[in-house]
Amino acid sequence: MTEADVDQRIRALIEPFNKKGVEIKNETSFANDLEFDSLTVMDFVAEIEDEFDIIISMNQQAEIENYGQLISAVHKLQDS
Amino acid sequence: MTDTITATHTPPAGDLFSKFDDLIQTRETLLASGVEDPFNLVMEKVLSPTRAVCNGRETILLGTYNYMGMTFDPDVLEAGREALTEFGSGTTGSRVLNGTYQGHRECEDALKEFYGMDHAMVFSTGYQANLGIIATIAGKGDYVVLDIDSHASIYDGCAMGNAEIVPFRHNDIEAMEKRLRRIPEGAGKLVILEGVYSMLGDVAPLKEMVAIAKQYGAMVLVDEAHSMGFIGENGRGVCEEQGVIDDVDFIIGTFSKSVGTVGGFCVSNHPKFDIMRLVCRPYVFTASLPPSVVATAATSIRKLMHGANKRAHLWENSRTLHKGLTDLGFELGTKEPQSAIVAVIMPDLERGAMMWEALLKEGLYVNLARPPATPAGMTLLRCSLCAEHSAEEVQTVLSMFERAGKAVGII
Repeated sequence: MTEADVDQRIRALIEPFNKKGVEIKNETSFANDLEFDSLTVMDFVAEIEDEFDIIISMNQQAEIENYGQLISAVHKLQDS
Repeated sequence: MTDTITATHTPPAGDLFSKFDDLIQTRETLLASGVEDPFNLVMEKVLSPTRAVCNGRETILLGTYNYMGMTFDPDVLEAGREALTEFGSGTTGSRVLNGTYQGHRECEDALKEFYGMDHAMVFSTGYQANLGIIATIAGKGDYVVLDIDSHASIYDGCAMGNAEIVPFRHNDIEAMEKRLRRIPEGAGKLVILEGVYSMLGDVAPLKEMVAIAKQYGAMVLVDEAHSMGFIGENGRGVCEEQGVIDDVDFIIGTFSKSVGTVGGFCVSNHPKFDIMRLVCRPYVFTASLPPSVVATAATSIRKLMHGANKRAHLWENSRTLHKGLTDLGFELGTKEPQSAIVAVIMPDLERGAMMWEALLKEGLYVNLARPPATPAGMTLLRCSLCAEHSAEEVQTVLSMFERAGKAVGII
């Protein structure tokens, strides 16, 4: 799966969580721009994990601050 | 309030306390509304496991985790006094150096007997027991799969151990299984569960979860802090009650709840368990419990083995309080009473604090719990029952809740 495919699928997943309709760019941050709290993060991460059949551990989540980082992390994870 | 920082105070650049500004603000707003500080209560006198004097008022204690009411048991007190006289006030040393007295051994023997397990290891607190065991057995490259609502000591143990941490939705069997299935083959796996979750007082589906964990070759650690002494035929906890205690690799527990003093422990049947005493840093690099504490703990644990009547009364209390509060119109954390914790859900922190204060003025102490300790951002008034609460006391408690709830406008 290409990074573009990953991007497309995650864009669809993020929609219900993007309550304020923020424009999603690579530098869009989950904490500041999207204002995700820890519960939202858990639900969103679970959706991605199920979609791609991967694990994104809390250690890995700590390294992911914005959308672009998420796409590239998931792309790497689903490839391995 | 001379010692609080005001909002106009400008910190010097590089003040490492800046990160707490939001919390300081929340706290000040709360106190400015005039309520007593819920996190700064002083017990001036303690009259019994269920009564104390707080702010000059005699108060019923309904938020102490003193489930079995052992804190004033005459045999327990006598054992403590004797040890204090015979062995002194403290050990001044680590368990692996000069800090293991006869009393520590006797305490571990009592635990082995209580749980019917081969090994027992006593730590200075329950927090350290989780911190030490988890951090030591789950290291870099291993995976820890845990319930998202796990206690802070479990998360801190995970952070200290450098394993990959994989949380799943609270009590969700399928979510747990999915995560176990995705772990790379050959990696070490530890599943961490709690018997009773202390915030809402709900019980885990251990029967199903432990079976699945074993099916995926994971080791299982269960924290039974809030069940010891009164759940399961022998009071060994939820894993005993649900018939899976033999499949659990490690049980973590505490002396600061049903046992009625302070300290933590891990019991296990793992044949190599004793090596923990050399490699577990929160066990090695701290002083051991004072002789009086281990003597009271050992005596209390042995008495808990024969506590069937007290146990039955504790359950009666829990059912009466749960039903009474439900009938009054309060929203509770569980539909049915599952443990000795009854959590009353508050609409928000402000009204939770008002309700807490109204109850305190009625002469009732409960725990006010709020995020981040609580799940889903809830504010809770947590009631924990004691086997020493009389049936009349529980009725008194209900009338206090009724008056306070109406005064604050929650019911």
